[in-house]
Formats: sequence, C-alpha cells, structure tokens
Amino acid sequence: MTAMTNSHDAHDEHHHHDTSKTTLFGFWIYLMTDCLLFASVFATYAVLFMNTAGGPSGADIFELELVAWETAALLVSSITYGFAMLAAYKGNKGSTLKWLGVTFLMGVAFISMEIYEFHHLITHDFGPDRSAFLSAFFALVGMHGLHVTAGLIWMIILMLEVKNRGLEKRTQTRLACLSMFWHFLDVVWICVFTVVYLMGSV
Amino acid sequence: MSNHHDHHEEGHGSYSDYVIGFVLSVILTVIPFGLVMTGALEKSTTLITVVVFAIVQIAVHLKYFLHLSFKTEEGAINLMTFLFSALIIVLVVGLSIWIIYASNYMMMM
Repeated sequence: MTAMTNSHDAHDEHHHHDTSKTTLFGFWIYLMTDCLLFASVFATYAVLFMNTAGGPSGADIFELELVAWETAALLVSSITYGFAMLAAYKGNKGSTLKWLGVTFLMGVAFISMEIYEFHHLITHDFGPDRSAFLSAFFALVGMHGLHVTAGLIWMIILMLEVKNRGLEKRTQTRLACLSMFWHFLDVVWICVFTVVYLMGSV
Repeated sequence: MSNHHDHHEEGHGSYSDYVIGFVLSVILTVIPFGLVMTGALEKSTTLITVVVFAIVQIAVHLKYFLHLSFKTEEGAINLMTFLFSALIIVLVVGLSIWIIYASNYMMMM
C-alpha cells in the first residue's frame, strides 16, 4: 500500500505540480467568505436580540448545561480530527478511519443536542415566529448547525474514500480541507456560545 | 512526503500542538461557563471576562488547530487573509451595531 502510494506520488509530481497548497489556500479563502456570512448574521442577532415582543429573553430559555455539553462535544471532535490528520499524514489508514469515526460521533452528539434544544423550544411555542429575537437566534444557531451537518456528510464521503482508495496525496488534501472546515466551525461556535448563550444569560 | 515529516511545523501541526491547543481550550471554556453559571462576579465584570476569554480562545484555535503563524509560508498567507477578514468583520458588525443603537437612542428622544 505504502509503496503504491509513494510511486503514485512520484508519478504525479513528475507530470504536473503539486497543487495541494493552492487548493488549501483557495479553501481557506472560501472559509473567510463564510466568516463574513456568519459575521453578518451575528450583526443581525446583535441588533435584534432585545426585541422579544413580550416573549421570552435569552436568560429565560437557555439551558447552559446543555450548551456546555454541546461545547464539550465540539471541542473533543476538534482534537480527534487533529489526530485523524496526523495519522493521515503518516499514511496510517486504520488509525485515520478510527479517529474520523470518533470525530463523526462527536459531531452527531452535537447535532442531536441542538435538535433537542430546537425541538424543545418550538414545542413550548418559542419557535422562530415568536419574536425578532427568536428569529435571529434560530437563524444564527441553525446556520452553524447546518454547517456542522454538511461537515458530517462530507466526513462520511471522505471516510469511504479513505477506506476504498487509501491515503493518496489527493485524499490527504481533501482531508486537510475538511480539517480546516471543522476547526473553523469550532471557532464560530466559540463566538456563538459567548455572544448568544453566555452573554444572553448573564 | 517523508521529507515533509521532518519539519513538522509546515502546514499541519504536531501531536503536541493539538494537545496544548485542547488543554488551553478546555481551560478557556470552563472558566467563562463557570462564571456565568455560578454568577460569582458582577454583571459587567462577567461580560468583559467572557468576551476576553472568547478572543483568547479564538487565537488559541487559530494557532494550534488551524496552524496560522508568521513562521511558515502557508501559515503567514492564511494569517494575512484572516486579518483582512477580521478587519471587514469588525467594520460590518461594529458599525451595524453602532448605527442601530444610535438610531434607537434618537427615536426615544
């Protein structure tokens, strides 16, 4: 396997330049544009969060314990993805798949808790149609949740690719893109739990 | 591929990078949650502390998980684009909040 990968690499480099650096840089630029998208939704939330229209405010509905568990799940998934990347660069297929699997489960745990929270709020009649505050809340937290869901789908696809094709240079680059995406979502989550949950509960 | 491995700082981090980043993140998460959940400090002090911890934690994630740094070529170019984005974000978020809060204030006069 390793010998095959190496010869493939050599073959690749012989014919055309290694484009992984430009791919990763391009993906980083995309993440920066995504950052601006999140920033505008954060600005919307900051402008609307006091407009509760007689409904509940953040302090009334947030369950910080649940948010702490969500944060823990994402934080653990960050380090396990890091271990998956280290294993991938070493060409260790089994270890890569194992750590990707753990990361995936942590992501699923996060999304499950978020769905539970949304469901809980909506069944208590605190859905996004209740007030401008809740519209902005569901838009912001929901957008982050959709990104995580997209990351999970992408992770399944990459796990299948690693399983079937092994850790070619091309696959490593794809894993590195998802790595940036995943860690980036964790950075966005720091802003979400600070601005929405913690500052809203003080 | 294997020469890449020797200078491990290039592009992707080392095992210790991830562990240091994780430990720092746990500390920087537990303290603000603890402060808000116990209500140990005054309201304004808690708000400032929480924001400062978040900014430090973002820096920790960028350094240890996303490998931004001035020392490597990829790290530096990613860092420059990030700093530019951060400037735009401060303008977009800061000025939006300023405009809306100022107009709210004037409507109430």
